[in-house]
Amino acid sequence: MADNVIEARGLLKLYGTQRAVDAIDLDIRRGEIFGLLGPNGAGKTTTILMMLGLTEISGGSVEVLGFDPVRQPLEVKRRVGYLPDAVGFYDHLTARENLVYTARLLAIPRSQIGRRIMEAMESVQLADVVDKRVSTYSRGMRQRLGIAEIVMKKAEIAILDEPTSGLDPHATFELLEMIRGLKRMGVAVLLSSHLLDRVQSVCDRVALFNKGRIALMGTVVELANQVLGAGHPILVEASGIDIAAALRGIDGVQKVMPEGPQGSEGGAWRVVADRDVRAAAAQRIVSAGGALTRLADLQPSLEEVYTRYFQEARHAA
Amino acid sequence: MQRSTARREGSPFTGLGPVFMKEFSDHLSSARMMVLMLFVIAFGALTVAPSLTELRNVTEADPFLFLRIFTSASSRVPFSFTAALGFTIPLLAIGLGFDSVNGEFNRRTLSRVLSQPIYRDALLLGKFLGALATLAVALVALWLIVLGAGLLLLGIPPRGVEVARGVAFLAVAIAYGGVWLAASMLFSVIFRSTATSALCALGVWLFFLIVWPLIVPTIVVAFASPDVMSGRASIDETLALIQFQSFLDRLSPNTLFGEAVIGLLNPETRTLGPIIPSQMYGAIMGAPLPFGQSLLLIWPQITGLIAGTIVVFAAAYIIFQREEVRA
Repeated sequence: MADNVIEARGLLKLYGTQRAVDAIDLDIRRGEIFGLLGPNGAGKTTTILMMLGLTEISGGSVEVLGFDPVRQPLEVKRRVGYLPDAVGFYDHLTARENLVYTARLLAIPRSQIGRRIMEAMESVQLADVVDKRVSTYSRGMRQRLGIAEIVMKKAEIAILDEPTSGLDPHATFELLEMIRGLKRMGVAVLLSSHLLDRVQSVCDRVALFNKGRIALMGTVVELANQVLGAGHPILVEASGIDIAAALRGIDGVQKVMPEGPQGSEGGAWRVVADRDVRAAAAQRIVSAGGALTRLADLQPSLEEVYTRYFQEARHAA
Repeated sequence: MQRSTARREGSPFTGLGPVFMKEFSDHLSSARMMVLMLFVIAFGALTVAPSLTELRNVTEADPFLFLRIFTSASSRVPFSFTAALGFTIPLLAIGLGFDSVNGEFNRRTLSRVLSQPIYRDALLLGKFLGALATLAVALVALWLIVLGAGLLLLGIPPRGVEVARGVAFLAVAIAYGGVWLAASMLFSVIFRSTATSALCALGVWLFFLIVWPLIVPTIVVAFASPDVMSGRASIDETLALIQFQSFLDRLSPNTLFGEAVIGLLNPETRTLGPIIPSQMYGAIMGAPLPFGQSLLLIWPQITGLIAGTIVVFAAAYIIFQREEVRA
């Protein structure tokens, strides 16, 4: 398919007899943000390195923009920007000098280097510190400098390995905004992370890694349906009557589960129905004389999918 | 591996130029280079100054007076300029190379640089050439300083052949630095810790500087027959033993450098091995060899130094290719 920028088929990586990446199939589409999720050591970084031709492939195949990273690594690396986990820059050089070095390696014409560096630094809001040494940069600024490098490169694919790890909430927010900015420029973004709520907010599709395999793949909602079951979950907090019974009587409700500790004055319930039953639930509780204190629509959260999935995987094992 | 036979595309030297230029400028502006240069200049001055003051008082005609600046040891300082270089060059080379690869790894710049369109070949070679160029600049500067001091204090210009021998000496010194540079880069590829790689490189250097010259005679004695030891053996047997000893000696780059320097800067040198009276028949004692003949004499030493550099560099290259770049 022409619209896939990365296609992996049966991609395999062996370290001795251990299967670090176990025959995975993966398609990344043009212009999407794709998240690789999973615990540390699940094979995310190894998969990324194989796509860049930075580590040998033990079996299967991968094509990046139609190039084979094993035979044509230079073509792949010319078009793909990579931000490694905890990226490093030359501390004794300024941000500009660091980017000039990269630009020379990329063989960008000399007359364009200055302009492209400034454009890239402006896009990550570092233009005012371009001539400061990188040793004075905070961790968040370094990550942004890494994004600037990808922007300067005019990469078609950006591969970001744990881009938000170790950042404070504000810096994380800014970085995710820049990742969205990459998408707006038409760059396909592949990012790996174990921080789920962050990833959920930016990713179009995700793949859940477990022990070298892709356990689940799809949009967050698809994953939630697969793991948590189909249905529309809501949260009800009320007291005064037998809430659970009242909720079960509503048309379309499939499950009512207590959420958290239940006191004598009531508590919280999680209700799964085949549609949004918030209005019906509110009417029912109030008309029965109960006190409704909270009613919330529960978006399926990746965190929940992840926790539930690995609980089940552990039970199965 | 099903793909191990696949050929990769693109020149392995893509990106060599930028890597070389960056390494070169980094080295030249680094504080480490300043310290190393101070060290080298101090040793140079320590040996050259006394020998210059003594040479000023030489009255007999010496056609190679200028070369004596490099080789003569004064009565006050017991070693010559070339001997001082014999152990400052390795130190300089090790200082430039010991953290070239693992330093990038520890700063976490390695995977970022390798994700640019560049092969590992170009990165390693660029680093080697950058450091070698730095070394060459340092040695040329030192050489010019000594030459200039000689001109000023002796008041006579060097003859053309002396300059030619001096330039050849410079080339040998750079090749000698190359061996140690390759060795220290090899350790920087093998070990992830810069301290370990520096220690290992210095250890090998000390081994060849101090321990090897002590071990070689022991090995030779162990191999020698009692006849040779008591002087009753034939000349062939004795010669074979001496040749065995030179072979062992010449495994050390220090020996190769020392012999090459003697051949170049002492034009009277006719041989670096044993000589028997019949070979001296017709020779005029103390007559200097022409420059070409001296060069021919030390050609194996020069080749040995360059070959050693290539072998050690190739080992570093092979290990680097197999190394995982992930942190």
